[in-house]
Amino acid sequence: MTRSIPITAPAADSPPPPHRPVESRSRRRSRRVTAHPVAGALFVLPFFLVVVAFLIVPLGYAFWLSLSSKSLALGTRFTGIDNYVRAFTDPVLLDGLLRVVLFGLVQIPIMLGIALAGALTLDAVTTKFALAFRLIAFMPYAVPAVVGALMWGFLYSRTFGPFADLPTFVGGDPIDFFSSSLLLLSLGNIVTWAWTGYNMIILYSALQGVPREMYEAAVIDGATPVQIALRVKVPAIKQAISLAAIFTVIGTMQFFTEPAIMARFAPQISAGYTPNLYAYNQAFAYSDFHYSAALSFALGFLVFVVAYAFVFINRRRGARS
Amino acid sequence: MTIGGAGNRTTVKTRLPHVLMAAGILYFLVPLLWVVIAATKSQPDLLDSPALWFAEFNLVENIEQLFREDDGVYGQWLLNTALYSGLSALGATALAAAAGYGLARFSFVGKRLFETALLGMIMVPATALVLPTYLILSELEIVDTMWAVILPSLLSPFGAYLVRVYVAESVPVELIDAARIDRAGELRIFWQIAVPMMRPAIVTVFLFTLVATWNNYFLPLVMLSDADLYPLTVGLTTWFNTAQQEAGTRMLFNLVVTGSLLAIVPLVVAFVLLQRFWRSGAAAGALK
Repeated sequence: MTRSIPITAPAADSPPPPHRPVESRSRRRSRRVTAHPVAGALFVLPFFLVVVAFLIVPLGYAFWLSLSSKSLALGTRFTGIDNYVRAFTDPVLLDGLLRVVLFGLVQIPIMLGIALAGALTLDAVTTKFALAFRLIAFMPYAVPAVVGALMWGFLYSRTFGPFADLPTFVGGDPIDFFSSSLLLLSLGNIVTWAWTGYNMIILYSALQGVPREMYEAAVIDGATPVQIALRVKVPAIKQAISLAAIFTVIGTMQFFTEPAIMARFAPQISAGYTPNLYAYNQAFAYSDFHYSAALSFALGFLVFVVAYAFVFINRRRGARS
Repeated sequence: MTIGGAGNRTTVKTRLPHVLMAAGILYFLVPLLWVVIAATKSQPDLLDSPALWFAEFNLVENIEQLFREDDGVYGQWLLNTALYSGLSALGATALAAAAGYGLARFSFVGKRLFETALLGMIMVPATALVLPTYLILSELEIVDTMWAVILPSLLSPFGAYLVRVYVAESVPVELIDAARIDRAGELRIFWQIAVPMMRPAIVTVFLFTLVATWNNYFLPLVMLSDADLYPLTVGLTTWFNTAQQEAGTRMLFNLVVTGSLLAIVPLVVAFVLLQRFWRSGAAAGALK
């Protein structure tokens, strides 16, 4: 079933259907039908309390913590932005950051490209087979990242998996999926496997919301399905594509589970392989909570700024066209 | 609904897409097939027999051993996971539903500001929150309890956002006003009129928060140290670590594999069965 739900992100630029006029009209009619400000606030209150307790307070606490340091000689003392200066001159963090950015630059376009192609195919082909494809592609989403990484780890390994020894049948050397040169590709494959179907469903749902009238004319004019897909459908769901991209970027910047599991197969995955792994290890391997707080706050801030800027620019562009 | 229309032309034109989709099915299915096949093997067979074909059928023994190992801790992990994700998803969905409805259908002081902030909250990465939350909860002495996993999981700004958009689109103001004229209380209007109309959005938020908690690794890893409190994700990795350290001396690899299979079956089944519900809600997720 297809609901006509806007594909644009609403909140600021498309307020809910005008209910004010209705309410003011009815206010004249009856006192009972008012804006009910108290009731409205009460509906939001429980959610708001959770936001305060598990978002605002932790963020504030992390920031406060990051402004001080603890040492054996001097105890805990206020050090201002020292932790941040240390972070952004820390070669381990910078290496990890660079690695994650490189990873994202390759993996995200590939994954979203496949997801988009899949969504366009599903939108144009409606056979039983396409239905099966849609369902199976989505399945990995329900598999915990831990289990996904373990499964691929087994599949990559020489002792358990079928792939590493394939070249030996034609006289080649076995593939080492955990070697430094292949490791990022191996990790990228795990993430692609897990998230392509999810993104495909999101984009497919957006496509279902595109009114058919938009390309009926093109069909009559003899445009091929591929032309229609690229010239009409893709532009129509631009907003959904960029939002899928931004959520993928947010996820990639927090890269943790897959490298943490893969470290068991590939020992060269160090404590600072990704920024998130580094922040975790600073806290739980080295007990440096102050530096760890600075790392997670800085990383969170970076992700937030990039994501928000992206959404903001996107929306301005959307408003202009 | 095929665009090409006339039968013959379409079948020729869809051959390439079908070949590509077949390749996709193979790619997405192979790891799952592997885990199904591997779960039927004993540890020696797991190491020696061809990876993508069956050896001696050992699934029943594996499952028996799985629930016996370490005094049946796997069953405990399974229960914990169901409990944590069930309670978190219920709570998060209830909060998101009420908040989304309140934001979409009421006006009150600070609403605009809160709505703008909501979009920002969606962008805050969990990384920035988990460590400070751990420190705060350890001050309150509730780390290493189930609440340390459940309470932070109640936060779902995206859920509230999704419900808000959905209500704005599909719960008519006129209907609510009519109910008010009939002197229905606000809670009753919400429960008896709005909630049934919001069902697709609610099911979607529930399923997605359920999966998020069921699959979560980082949060329980940080919060819990008592093995009896672990969810499946953390429990399986500790077994896997032990299996590697004591390579071969203890039969654990087959348990990790069988345990993985049992960990994914409930969610895959839930998603397939509830397809009808979440797909209509996911349309709203398209704006994500």
